[in-house]
Amino acid sequence: MNESNAYSAIEAVWRIESARLIAGLTRMVRDLGLAEDFAQEALVAALERWPQTGVPDNPGAWLMTTAKHRAIDFFRKKSLHERKEAEIVHELESKAEGKVLREGEMAGDIFGDDLLRLVFISCHPVLQPEGRVALTLRLVGGLTTPEIARAFLVPEATLAQRIVRAKKTLAEARVPFEVPPQEELPARLSSVLEVIYLIFNEGYSATSGGDWIRPALCEDALRLGRMLQGLAPEEPEVHGLAALMEIQASRLNVRVGPGGEPILLMDQNRAFWDHALIRRGLAALERAESLSSKRNSYTLQAAIAACHARAHTAEATDWKRIASLYDELSELIPSPVIELNRAVALSMAFGPAVGLELIDKLAAEPSLKNYHLLPSVRGDLLAKLGRNEEARAEIERAASLTQNEQEKKLLLKRAASLVNP
Amino acid sequence: MKFMMMVIPKGYENAAPGTMPDPKHVQEMMKYNESLQKAGVLLDLNGLHPPSTAARITFSNKKPTVTDGPFAEAKETVGGYWMIQAKSREEAIQWASRAPMNDNEVIEVRQVHEMSEFPPEVQEKAKFNK
Repeated sequence: MNESNAYSAIEAVWRIESARLIAGLTRMVRDLGLAEDFAQEALVAALERWPQTGVPDNPGAWLMTTAKHRAIDFFRKKSLHERKEAEIVHELESKAEGKVLREGEMAGDIFGDDLLRLVFISCHPVLQPEGRVALTLRLVGGLTTPEIARAFLVPEATLAQRIVRAKKTLAEARVPFEVPPQEELPARLSSVLEVIYLIFNEGYSATSGGDWIRPALCEDALRLGRMLQGLAPEEPEVHGLAALMEIQASRLNVRVGPGGEPILLMDQNRAFWDHALIRRGLAALERAESLSSKRNSYTLQAAIAACHARAHTAEATDWKRIASLYDELSELIPSPVIELNRAVALSMAFGPAVGLELIDKLAAEPSLKNYHLLPSVRGDLLAKLGRNEEARAEIERAASLTQNEQEKKLLLKRAASLVNP
Repeated sequence: MKFMMMVIPKGYENAAPGTMPDPKHVQEMMKYNESLQKAGVLLDLNGLHPPSTAARITFSNKKPTVTDGPFAEAKETVGGYWMIQAKSREEAIQWASRAPMNDNEVIEVRQVHEMSEFPPEVQEKAKFNK
């Protein structure tokens, strides 16, 4: 095995194994920061050894054993007089003796619960949202700091700082490494789903930068969402979010044109939607709906996305059903952005005048003052009603409000096409 | 990135119709499939009937001709596949390396084309609903 092959193989192993490794170690040594240090030391050992020996048969077990030995050394040197440390060493040693993974056995069989704990601690509400995202991608997603920095277009040092700060916050708040107790579970799970969906959305319609989509981030979020489906299979919201992401991601292939410009849903060639992802999404949606008769916001949004996914042509879209799902959604979480989407659905189901009526009620909404999609949608509806002059002004306003360069281009093109009849 | 991991079992090109994998092997395989699923990388998987029940459609001047299997000239054939999502070719290789395969089986890892790889004029034609 040559050296550069070995390094890329090790990088791949790390991506597959690091979450379970760090999760298992955190439970044993009762400190996330330390656990990550031991895992990193095991990685360094692999980088020294594997280029000579090749990747071992069970690389996950190798990394775990190596990390445990580092941990035992660390605690022995520190002090054996303190009871807590002695306990940890005892536990590490008994596990190191007893639970050697058998051939073909995946660490995940044993460490599933630990992985769920790792997800919860990475998304803990005590952390800033950006800290939660960075920690989740790094610890659970197995991404490196430079990879995360590149994905979010921030300097590497900034991102590294974010991770250090997040770990410090968790240590200072003495956040336990646990699956939250029943009474805290709904709120804590919401925080986890929020983090994953935030990552997905940053990939699906980037809020900044020259590219409108960053598919790698969508894939990272999808992977996290699917993992969570396995870890918390009885939670309807988890399947709802997975369904929503799978169905939205099914359109990534045709969501931007060759020049990077967005292609709207109605203009996309549906033959090139990813039908395997659609199938997975519809299955997850079915699972979510079978677990609870009350649909949560992710499941409702997934149900809306599914209406589009099931329509073989844009004309076949069941807009009445979409409009009624939006009614349900806006009752569940009253929000101006959802109202705006509901207005679009209403206009498709019952005509542009109906949609426009709702939009004009939203115009005074302070939170939408700088939201480019409000004038953009209003402009579209005005155009449909033949009021081109007003339409053009609205769409130009939308172009001046968007932060995304590709979207701005598309809007200006659209505005220019609206000449007086 | 998406990869197809294709299983090529030696001898499957001549297998009788209805040949099924050994139940013990299936059990190991299910465990492996579950590990792919738990890691969030599995997109799809399927096993294929042997070529003895297959048909080949060849074309000459766009005119199709159908030949029934088995195909004497075939030296190897695909027995099944996984479709996975991976961050890199190396990661796909790592996943393939963990499959519980017998000595007579080979896995070929192939990357799936992304729309963005095609030239702009092809994308222009493909992406828009006409």
